Amino acid sequence: MSIFHAQQGRKPGQGWSALLFLSPTLLVFSMFVLFPVFFSFYLSFHKWNMFSADTAFVGLENYSRILRNPEFWGVLKNTVVYTLGTIPLNMSLALLVAFFLNKKIAGKKFLRTAFFAPVIMSSVAAAVIWRWVYEPNFGLLNYCLSWFGIPAINWLNDPTAAMFALIVMGVWKTFGVNMVLFSAGLQGIPDHYYEAAEIDGAGRWQKFWSITLPLLSPTTFFILVMSVIGSFQVFDTVYVLTSGGPLGTTKVLVFYLYEHAFKFFEMGYASAVAYVMFVIIFVLTLLQTKYLKGTIHYTA
Amino acid sequence: MYALAFITVAPFLWMVLTSFKELPDILTYPPRWIPERFMLDNFRSAFEAAPFTRYYFNSLFVAITVTLGQLMTCSLAAYAFARLQFRGREVLFYLFLGTMMIPGQVIMIPSFMVLYWLGWIDTYYALIVPGLASAFGTFLLRQFFLTIPRDLEDAASIDGCSRFGVLWRIILPLSRPALATLAVFTFMGVFNDFLWALIVVSSDEMKTVQLGLAIFRDRYQTDWGQLMAASVTATLPILMVFFFAQKYFIKGITLSGLKD
Repeated sequence: MSIFHAQQGRKPGQGWSALLFLSPTLLVFSMFVLFPVFFSFYLSFHKWNMFSADTAFVGLENYSRILRNPEFWGVLKNTVVYTLGTIPLNMSLALLVAFFLNKKIAGKKFLRTAFFAPVIMSSVAAAVIWRWVYEPNFGLLNYCLSWFGIPAINWLNDPTAAMFALIVMGVWKTFGVNMVLFSAGLQGIPDHYYEAAEIDGAGRWQKFWSITLPLLSPTTFFILVMSVIGSFQVFDTVYVLTSGGPLGTTKVLVFYLYEHAFKFFEMGYASAVAYVMFVIIFVLTLLQTKYLKGTIHYTA
Repeated sequence: MYALAFITVAPFLWMVLTSFKELPDILTYPPRWIPERFMLDNFRSAFEAAPFTRYYFNSLFVAITVTLGQLMTCSLAAYAFARLQFRGREVLFYLFLGTMMIPGQVIMIPSFMVLYWLGWIDTYYALIVPGLASAFGTFLLRQFFLTIPRDLEDAASIDGCSRFGVLWRIILPLSRPALATLAVFTFMGVFNDFLWALIVVSSDEMKTVQLGLAIFRDRYQTDWGQLMAASVTATLPILMVFFFAQKYFIKGITLSGLKD
């Protein structure tokens, strides 16, 4: 029987069928993924405005221009601030909600839908709504703050408040995804661990710290890695909410790349920015894997 | 927990309620939740100010075409990876998966150029063709196909069913949950997409809802009633899809989370 299968595996027909079945995907992929990956690498060593026929080889010039440009470092700083601002808030909120939704409470389905609703709406529509929430004179947020005696803040035009506004909206928009992931993770923890701990006299907090958190660590790790990647690529909400302003305080990496590519048509420079971004994300992912893998507990 | 849920949906509620308000009703302080009178004027003037019907058609047309196309290309590719024996299958598959790690921004510029060379900028092709293949979709379907027992297929092959026939008549009907998950995911992703449409579309009649809304936001900075009406319009189809297909969407997220 096994010989029969091995022979069947070498039948020439299957290779051709496979090619036929794969051809639509391969065609699209080679045009819009494979070729672009290499071509943008090539471009990052050239100067090209896209409309002229001549591209000039400039070596590492684009990369050194990036590193010497104070605006780039500012943009990178903004991106890092956004990432550090959203992730801890996002993940703790997601875990908290998932934890409560995992218990028997009334209206669970309704609650889950409510927390998940921001995820499915478009970032553009979400940002338009939040512009209204942040509106300084008639906005909902300033009104709520006034109950606590906090004076009106011009959220989107104040250089210190704008990033904060962006972060709050970012958390609101995305924590639902992580809630779903945490829920799945929590459901994967077998009940007998908790039962055993209860017999040993463990309290609520002890159970949470010694069982839930360690056994949830693969999920937490995955969420962390994905969130870092996602935060570094934030664009839509920035574009609609603040357009990078005021005074460039919310200009993030992708916005910077977009400007250079499709406003100034510096295709070479923008490609170099894309590659720098790729390297940053890649290195961050590697670092997290290297330093956090040891803290992950897998269930037997 | 209930308070937190209320805070989360408050911006939605406020959007919907504002969209029905008259201007003096909107600009009152302290803000009033319930409109004095429910008006549809904002919707009417938003649709008069910008061709939202057209934007709508574009978004739906593009999202539906990409979804159907992706279901097709991904099923075909997934079948090859799950069932056919060929040299380099594993390598090709992992190469495929590897592309999911590349940030979209790296391939954005050259993809734009490919479309430019083809003369496809500002056409439906630009919005549709690059979306017609997906590593995530192929992976999702392949994993599902692998769980289907081969006995049925073997029986069908003996009865003279072609490979495509096996895929079409046996595997796909059994894979409905996976196909639904991919469909919902793709539809939402394409309908909500902004950056790609922003880059490849220039004329008004090719704009998608998201793009139209962003431009509308620039033009009517402070006409909150109209802006909220336009946002409600842009959100409605997605909320409807979500309402009916919540199960599949959640499953898609958990599946993508488990691939690690």
